Amino acid sequence: MSDLLRRLTSARGVSGDEGDIRKVIIDEITPLVDEVHIDRMGNVIGYKKGTNPKRKVMLCAHMDEVGFIITRIEDNGMLKFATVGSIDSRILPSKRVKIGDKGVPGVMGIKAIHLQEPSERKNAVKAKHMYIDIGARSKEEAEKLVSLGDYAVFDSDLVYFGDGRVKSKALDDRVGCFTLIESLKGNYPFDLYACFTVQEEVGLRGAKVAAYHIQPDIGLVVEGTTCSDVPKVEPHRHTTRMGDGPAISIADLASYSNKRMVSFLIECAKNAGIPYQIKEGITGGNDAGEIQRSRAGAMTAVISVPCRYIHSPSSVMDLKDLDNTVRLVKEFLEGCESL
Amino acid sequence: MIDLIQKLSGIYGPSGNEELVSEAIREEIESYVDEIDVDVMGNLIAVKKGTGDGKRIMLAAHMDQIGLMVTHIDDKGFLRFANLGGISVANSICRRVVFKNGTVGVIGYETELNSWKDITLSKMYIDIGASDREEAERLVQIGDVAVYHSLFSASNGKYIGGAMDDRAGCALLVKTIKSIGDSPNDLYFVFTVQEELGLRGAKTSAYALEPDLAIAVDVTATGDTPKCKPMAVSLGDGPAIKIKDASVLAHPKVKELMITTAQKHGIPYQLEILEYGGTDSGAIHLSRSGVPSGVLSIPCRYVHSDSETIDAGDMDNGVKLLIKILEENISI
Repeated sequence: MSDLLRRLTSARGVSGDEGDIRKVIIDEITPLVDEVHIDRMGNVIGYKKGTNPKRKVMLCAHMDEVGFIITRIEDNGMLKFATVGSIDSRILPSKRVKIGDKGVPGVMGIKAIHLQEPSERKNAVKAKHMYIDIGARSKEEAEKLVSLGDYAVFDSDLVYFGDGRVKSKALDDRVGCFTLIESLKGNYPFDLYACFTVQEEVGLRGAKVAAYHIQPDIGLVVEGTTCSDVPKVEPHRHTTRMGDGPAISIADLASYSNKRMVSFLIECAKNAGIPYQIKEGITGGNDAGEIQRSRAGAMTAVISVPCRYIHSPSSVMDLKDLDNTVRLVKEFLEGCESL
Repeated sequence: MIDLIQKLSGIYGPSGNEELVSEAIREEIESYVDEIDVDVMGNLIAVKKGTGDGKRIMLAAHMDQIGLMVTHIDDKGFLRFANLGGISVANSICRRVVFKNGTVGVIGYETELNSWKDITLSKMYIDIGASDREEAERLVQIGDVAVYHSLFSASNGKYIGGAMDDRAGCALLVKTIKSIGDSPNDLYFVFTVQEELGLRGAKTSAYALEPDLAIAVDVTATGDTPKCKPMAVSLGDGPAIKIKDASVLAHPKVKELMITTAQKHGIPYQLEILEYGGTDSGAIHLSRSGVPSGVLSIPCRYVHSDSETIDAGDMDNGVKLLIKILEENISI
């Protein structure tokens, strides 16, 4: 498990700049599928022909991650940036990033605490007031290393810690990519389309065209989702709990899961002795929204791996939850044609 | 009409859970239509074939009502919830709600809060009278949805109930199906799902049906109560022909068709400009390469409360107007 997860999480793939992660995924799935299709948006679709195909099943995980885009190079060589996808700007100061294809190292800077007015110390700094320092002394020097429009990604390695837990960037949604790759190792009666989508974090864009192209009967989205089982958060706002197993969504802001699929997922989990939890709360949305309402509609559901500190360089996950997610998706695929 | 509207507005059917409404409507109309089916999203689609080579017309009314989804059950048996659609704090405090299985609860809030302005939905809970989590879980599961527990009243020519939005529209379509004579047009009556979550059922059904023209039937707000936001729609002044809302600008030819038909037959009507909100036509008119779309609106006070109020005359005139429109040979 470890090697693949490391390859997936360390690859760069800010929304709109998924080239690096796309290459990793293509290399992984090519031996497992009948055909690899890269569409015009950049989605990777691994097609695995069924042994007795009556229906089309679309598995979906997004390749992209939140990050930054360089918007201006200052005379003093500092880079101004905008966020890509939703990022809490309070987590940014002093974070390390890598910029562009060359991975130019940079650090996010703000005014030192000594120089801040008392009122400034009380307020969170906005991203528009920060900059990325790449060690350049001038605009000319900086321009040799980066260009406007270059993407920057959190510089953060996968680290194993605790008893079977990991911290990394981009667990949302490389855990889904991981699960899809594992699922492609099985053989199924139906036509399986494993979609690794682009630009989910900026509005479910890749899934929209992928679903239109595939016209699936059944869509299952595998996500990394919020997990707030941490101090000072009231239990009714935890959303998910780490270690309690894959989270099955009843509804979120983008889709209301198909009830038969939800019942079937619960049945699969119970029969196979896989721990699961029902996601509490309806915040957030994911590719299922576009898949469910593509053309004349499809059945969809969502399974998620709980990830603390999502959309940060240091998301935390329990490997057992990922393992159980892989198991649950496999169980689902074994029997989903009866739906 | 009163029996129909009482029946339909009293059925449990929050967004994503429209099955009981769908079954009831199906029973009402099955013998009056040529085809009837439920699609993958849960939309109920009934077809009345035309007598000539008229248009393919889609009529849409949404079956779903707003609801409260249980997101957490605490140790003492209280339920926390999230809103499905436009549930507001003000319309919810100390209101009763009911689940599909008949379990009744009261919406309470954390009274240590200093001001009503501090109350948000996440500071509210549903009390179903359970003494602990186990007892609560025997009645309700996470993901179950409650709706306002509402009493239907018919008083002074008004209908008051919990889900006039949009069972009034459903009733209007049901009545139309039962009363309409021969029409040259192929009529597709779609009772849609998940409108309150973003016009979702209308989107997929419009794609499947590829209509030439569409009219949604839904409630709209009014501007006729003390010191309310200005709006030129009044309860009892007739069905409203929509000019615009936040989701759609009514197609000029559809709007014109509706207005001239009302004038020709002496049916009272009013024009509606809603500065917020949206309805199924918002999704339908952008389907595929575009569908000329309009909206027939039923004026409704106290929308998204447990006491949505409509006028009996507006409903009857709405049915009359829709029938006259649909019986025409339409050129667009």
